[in-house]
Amino acid sequence: MVVADRAYLKGARVGAGLAALEAEVARILSVLGQTGAARVEPAALQPAEVLLDLYGEDIRARAFVTRDDRAEMMLRPDFTVPIVRLHMAQGVNPARYSYCGPVWRRQEFGSDRPREYLQAGLEIFGEGAPAEADAEVLALIGEALAGAPVSLLTGDMGLAIAGIEALETSAPRRAALRRHLWRPARFQELLHRFGVDQAKMTVRRAALIEAAQSGTLDAMIAEAGAPVGLRTAEEVMGRVERLVAEAVTPPLDPGKVRALEALMAVRGTCASVLATLRDFSRDLPGLGTAIDRFEARLAAFAARGIDPAALAFEAGFGRTTLEYYDGFVFGAIAEGRPDLPPIASGGRYDALTEVLGQGQGMPAVGGIIRPEALLALTGGSPQ
Amino acid sequence: MTLKLGVPSKGRLQEATIEWFGARGITITRSDLGREYRGTVSLEGVELVLLSAAEVPRELAAGRLHLGVTGQDLVHEEIPRWSERLIEMEEMGFGHADLIIAVPAFWVDVTSMPDLDAAAAAFRQIHGHRLRVATKYHHLVREFFRQHDIADYQLVDSQGATEGSVKNLTAEAVADITSTGSTLRDNHLKILEDGLVLRSQATLFASRAAPWSPESRRALREICARIGSAAPDLAA
Repeated sequence: MVVADRAYLKGARVGAGLAALEAEVARILSVLGQTGAARVEPAALQPAEVLLDLYGEDIRARAFVTRDDRAEMMLRPDFTVPIVRLHMAQGVNPARYSYCGPVWRRQEFGSDRPREYLQAGLEIFGEGAPAEADAEVLALIGEALAGAPVSLLTGDMGLAIAGIEALETSAPRRAALRRHLWRPARFQELLHRFGVDQAKMTVRRAALIEAAQSGTLDAMIAEAGAPVGLRTAEEVMGRVERLVAEAVTPPLDPGKVRALEALMAVRGTCASVLATLRDFSRDLPGLGTAIDRFEARLAAFAARGIDPAALAFEAGFGRTTLEYYDGFVFGAIAEGRPDLPPIASGGRYDALTEVLGQGQGMPAVGGIIRPEALLALTGGSPQ
Repeated sequence: MTLKLGVPSKGRLQEATIEWFGARGITITRSDLGREYRGTVSLEGVELVLLSAAEVPRELAAGRLHLGVTGQDLVHEEIPRWSERLIEMEEMGFGHADLIIAVPAFWVDVTSMPDLDAAAAAFRQIHGHRLRVATKYHHLVREFFRQHDIADYQLVDSQGATEGSVKNLTAEAVADITSTGSTLRDNHLKILEDGLVLRSQATLFASRAAPWSPESRRALREICARIGSAAPDLAA
């Protein structure tokens, strides 16, 4: 890589190359800012603690971490969390923000993905009509893509979450499934554990269950070892109680499990899958509200000139990306350019604001464009 | 240019290495001058480099050593995608060490990684922070936890006496090297049944990145013949 090169673009750190990129960024921001978004510039250095608490240890493998005498810091790996924090410090709802700046991601040995690239985006907070806000973000991002050769793909994490809620089973099981929704292998394993493999799990835990039921669990714990560490014997007993309850909870109905798996595999166009989704309500009653939201979004798309019959939908889309999206999700994939990342992506993340706001959540949806990748795709002359 | 062979500069690992090569007709002689570590190898075109076993992986990856003796645990921890840069030639049969995940023995509800995941979720709810795992093997352990889809944990750095972290309330679980298991028992810990991250022993590695001149290749063939190892394919 030459010194003047940047992500996806050669020579775009000086002269004409830089000027072309700056013009492209200005154009994108003027489109994203049309509906009154305030420009924001969050700090590049974010407190590591906040990001670690949110994303877990895996973020260390993905973000650059540094420290001084005061604290451990991370170079922002994206804008969503920094902007939610800025917004919460401001505290005026509703609000919308636009931004552009570099983000930094650690890459593995041998990887040729960029460590630093630009994101230009829009975030909308506290807007009461979620379908409208979802459609607005997609419409503005779509307009900023300005006819570039991309395929738009949408999904809806809210359907899978509602599907889990619709399972007639214990609350701890539903919580465990929800927690691992973004880890497909573990999710599948949990469906087995709570279903076809439940008897096997009960056998494995027979001694524990027996001890709990015969009142000898205290003795078993004392026998096993000295109570060292923060996690107490009461917490151990608490978990054993949950295991006992789990053993007597009826296994998941195989028919419902199949319905949930089928629901998460639905694909087609937004318009064509609507009827299919309605059919699932028979096996998974309780899906209704999520499907109503989906349908309202389609109407909002149509009102903004986005044809639901031409917009691709995959229910599983968003399941392997960052785990904060919990509703509408979308991505724009560069056609015939597997060397480029998604040119744009985004989605709804109401639950994330609740975590960052310590219980004080709000509706939130946003999306980003990668200006360098967009320019690399359009050759600097979007139509 | 000569072939540079990296050998641990002291301790049991060095003794065992010298013995291992000696049994295969390659004599390594220490000839220290004052505090400078020095020595020779009884083969033409081979230069002995004495250095800490912990430095061997990095030196091999950078190509400053052609061959080197170190633990597999150190190579796997220090060198991302190590097999693209290093070749494992021979496991040497000593320096055995297993990297394992251990939790307090009284956690009768936790015997496997999925149990640890469930316990970690509840722990976070109760204590307001993620379950802490003390280790110095950050890369290996993070990758292992990722493969097992464990969510609510965090690593805390521990460069020594890691088994004591739970008693000292600086961690709830540990990921550490155990050769006997008695230290774990003394600290009231037990190994999870699927908690073996890596089985490690002292191993002779070759570097793909080293400058392999005709002379050093000749020396490599001679070493391979003596130790009964197939000549490694040095292409990356």
